[in-house]
Amino acid sequence: MAPSPYPSEKFRLGMLLGDTRYRSTTIQVFAFIVFVSVAFWLVDNTAKNLAALGKEIDFSYLSSRAGYDINQRLIHYTNDSTHARAALVGILNTLLVAFFGCFIATILGLFIGILRLSNNWIIARLTSVYIEGFRNIPVLLWIVMFFAFLTEMTPAPKAFKGADPTSTMVFFDSIAITNRGTYFPMPIFGTGSIYVILTFVLSLVGIVMFLVYARNLQRQSGKILPRFLISFLILCLPSVVVYFLSGTPVSLEYPYLKGFNFKDGVHVRNSFLALTLALGVYTSAYIAELVRSGIQAIHKGQTEAASALGLRPNRVMNLIILPQAIRVIVPPTISQFLNITKNSSLAIAVGYMDVRSTLGGITLNQTGREMESMLLLMVFYLIVSLGISSVIQGFNRAFEIKER
Amino acid sequence: MTAAKADKKITAKKMVITEEVAIHISDMNKWFGNFHVLRDINLEVRRGERIVVCGPSGSGKSTLIRCINRLEEHQKGKIVVDGTELTTDLKNIDKIRSEVGMVFQHFNLFPHLTILENCTLAPIWVRKTPQKEAEAIAMEILEQVKIPEQALKYPGQLSGGQQQRVAIARSLCMRPRIMLFDEPTSALDPEMIKEVLDTMIELAEDGMTMICVTHEMGFARQVANRVIFMDEGQIVEQNEPEEFFNNPQSDRTKLFLSQILGH
Amino acid sequence: MSNLSYVRIKEIPPSAPPVGQRGIIKWLRENLFSSWLNSILTIFALYFLGHVLSGILPWLFGGNWGASSLRQCRDETGSAACFAVLAVRWKQLIFGFYPGAEYWRPILTFLLMVLALVPILFTRFLRLASLSALFPGLAVWLLWGGSFWPVFCFYLGLFSSVYCFYMLIQKVKLPFQTGFLTSIGVFIVFTVFLSVPIQLVVESLLPLTLPSVESAQFGGFLLSVLLGVTSIAICFPIGILLALGRQSNLPLVTMICVGFIEFVRGVPLITLLFVASVLLNYFLPPGTSFDLILRVLIMLTLFSAAYQAEVIRGGIAALPVGQYEAANSMGLTYWQSQRLIIMPQALKISIPGTTNNFIAIFKDTTLVSIIGLLDPVGMASAIRADQTWNGIYWELFVAIGSLYFIFCFGMSRYSLYLERQLQTDLN
Repeated sequence: MAPSPYPSEKFRLGMLLGDTRYRSTTIQVFAFIVFVSVAFWLVDNTAKNLAALGKEIDFSYLSSRAGYDINQRLIHYTNDSTHARAALVGILNTLLVAFFGCFIATILGLFIGILRLSNNWIIARLTSVYIEGFRNIPVLLWIVMFFAFLTEMTPAPKAFKGADPTSTMVFFDSIAITNRGTYFPMPIFGTGSIYVILTFVLSLVGIVMFLVYARNLQRQSGKILPRFLISFLILCLPSVVVYFLSGTPVSLEYPYLKGFNFKDGVHVRNSFLALTLALGVYTSAYIAELVRSGIQAIHKGQTEAASALGLRPNRVMNLIILPQAIRVIVPPTISQFLNITKNSSLAIAVGYMDVRSTLGGITLNQTGREMESMLLLMVFYLIVSLGISSVIQGFNRAFEIKER
Repeated sequence: MTAAKADKKITAKKMVITEEVAIHISDMNKWFGNFHVLRDINLEVRRGERIVVCGPSGSGKSTLIRCINRLEEHQKGKIVVDGTELTTDLKNIDKIRSEVGMVFQHFNLFPHLTILENCTLAPIWVRKTPQKEAEAIAMEILEQVKIPEQALKYPGQLSGGQQQRVAIARSLCMRPRIMLFDEPTSALDPEMIKEVLDTMIELAEDGMTMICVTHEMGFARQVANRVIFMDEGQIVEQNEPEEFFNNPQSDRTKLFLSQILGH
Repeated sequence: MSNLSYVRIKEIPPSAPPVGQRGIIKWLRENLFSSWLNSILTIFALYFLGHVLSGILPWLFGGNWGASSLRQCRDETGSAACFAVLAVRWKQLIFGFYPGAEYWRPILTFLLMVLALVPILFTRFLRLASLSALFPGLAVWLLWGGSFWPVFCFYLGLFSSVYCFYMLIQKVKLPFQTGFLTSIGVFIVFTVFLSVPIQLVVESLLPLTLPSVESAQFGGFLLSVLLGVTSIAICFPIGILLALGRQSNLPLVTMICVGFIEFVRGVPLITLLFVASVLLNYFLPPGTSFDLILRVLIMLTLFSAAYQAEVIRGGIAALPVGQYEAANSMGLTYWQSQRLIIMPQALKISIPGTTNNFIAIFKDTTLVSIIGLLDPVGMASAIRADQTWNGIYWELFVAIGSLYFIFCFGMSRYSLYLERQLQTDLN
């Protein structure tokens, strides 16, 4: 302790709380004692209870045989695989739902959010109904509703049968929506398709190079090129040309009805569809609100100043409003991505095997290892959430608007 | 109410007013919903004139100058700027906006761009000027407003007076022939008002046509060649500054002047 | 140069805008048809609306309320809505399996809740807020039944400790902290030593009991509202304490609070509810067992408190630093400055975030259906599994969704009202 500037005072007990030198230490020691006692009491109870049930903490069950099937999986898995592998399948399923959910939510959310700002009264009201409707109804209800809709209101595969079917495929007879899932055409990459893929990748590089060139051209001579149009052309034209030149090597394998089921194509089950669509659409309402409030948060004077300088509305949006709005919109949107990942744990309501249904569901019930499974499950979610938080912090630091 | 006086001699001989008409407004009316905010405005501004518009709040003075560069739309009457009539035609609006510069009460600088980028933005994207040329012009004008060393800083790092001077420089980079000022010093701390007024006086000396909505009556006395008093959407009185301040004719003018000059 | 001077002699009176610029025509022009794109959008939107409504309205209004099974509905009214499921099963959707003869109790509790909330929500009646404090005890007794006297003794203890507190502060003039701790001591002493004897005595004189209802019988909206309102009410003070703890200068306290908040916010609620239903028993001394609803309530409250703490932290951060400095320079202690200056402003700023949190908690109560409790969503699944109603879904979802919508939308409208009421600054 630094030498006291005060002439030697005798230490009194009341100084523990009354003197600023000792007060914070006293309180913290007190808090520490309370915390440690409570923690010790909890851990002690847990140990006693687990011992009484013969369930001491032990993670070896993860390498024992799982013994159950998972009907949707991204990696190889049979019911002979270990519990650890089942958990991994679950994790990948969770991430898959989260990815597609975030994708749908962002696209829809951006679209609806910008529409919400329209000065067309009907459009503004309709989007308002959309946003309020989705936000004020629980997500679990939406998930169950979407699932019920997909399983009850869609036709059975045999309805597509025969000369006069009651249901037909959509999108030029390529997609079949049935109550057993939706069947999409699957792309088949034949010989020569490598050229198409290479051309596509090269055209992406080409776009980047073009944008750099356009920017330098503008710097040197002031000339402004139509960047969006030309980028779009670069994206599409070369790949399409090479596609036809190499004899259309990429074809689609269409699903077709055989017997009572569809064969071929990509089979996407209703549980996955319902979960992804429900999460995506529900979160899109939140993102739409973020987009709207982010753009509205930009002071009107910015638009006025830019207009007064002669900038047209689309330039004002691109150069002035959007760069500022992005800083406000992106961090909470990334939080919404975290919400989607956490909400994906509701998969069990529709029977989708995410990490909570495998590790925290069937594995937990079969092996009785509740503490360990729950612990691992929570660790997984904590890692995801910490990862996403650091992305947000990184974004904020990279893009902050400098002030004094 | 402060009357910030410039303590330098103003070279009056440079403030030449020509016969050419810069702005011509005839029978202009504007409504906000059902509220008649501008009533039968008739105004002719010649090139080189420095006009100060004053009046109580709600009198429509800001609305008037915002109509000139189409930040607000008028419903009736005619506005002609530099020979181009202000209609719904986008080309006319663009043309007028490139000739007319505006400085706002709250500066409205773009916080995510540096000072230099703020100034070069419009020349690059509207006049399609090459970057080097735009930057050279911008630095020249930043020197004119006496803050060239701030070029690479961000608006948030500058003081209020500096920000407003940057705002003036930003408008000047488009080489406008007319400058509109909407209460440029109202949001500034007293010690910064002088630096902005000095910049505006120098502009006037260079022969710029200006319309300025302000409460700075000292500035009006020194620089303006015409003072307009507005109340309830109409031009009530206008005169040369000396006559206006010493010999107000209308009762409303007298009341207003007593309120702002009295204490 | 022509003479510039001009003085207006004649006033111009205000007149109405030209016809094309006012009224319904102008509104239509500006809002619906202001440009080609807008006009196309308007026409498209009107067509879309018409299409949707022409499908929904006949379904809605042609509904069958009288049938007794789904099959009968379809036979009678085809594909129109079969609201008969609501007519037959509404009691379960609202009350769960609560005994029918005792329905008056939840209904009375709900009415009392609305009454108890009025002084809190509408500040004109704030003086009556002390009466609202009676509500929780009454609600517990009404809903779960049993003897009235434990509740009575609890309030007696509460009353005497509050009275003792006021006496110590006002009359004996002890400092706030001492008085506070003493009255807590009084309360504990009373509850532990005196309440049981008093109960026994009074019960033998005047038994006042209601038939008891088990927690397992609670369901439907009764369960949702119970869980929602309780966790919202309790999470608020806990959230404040957590937020203050997170802000504090004491590193240990900050660490504990931050750890707790980040942990709770990082995991999905369903895992915490699972902890409540399965694991919480392990944390307690062997042999104890809590009511499932109580365990769920504890977890839900802790979960909401962590989010509430974040909202309040945002509110505190939005306060200018000058407020703290002003409070300190006036000689206020930490708790005084929090109570009188910081918290009122921070809470006002965080009203929108708090409302969002409350709405989210209320919606999150649906998750208890996954651990087996029969809230409306769980009840709907149970009804759909029943033979007579197998295959029905729209009608149930529309009904349940509408009720949630009314609650949640109502809460968000209320928060807008509250913000306007408390708007003391002119910005």
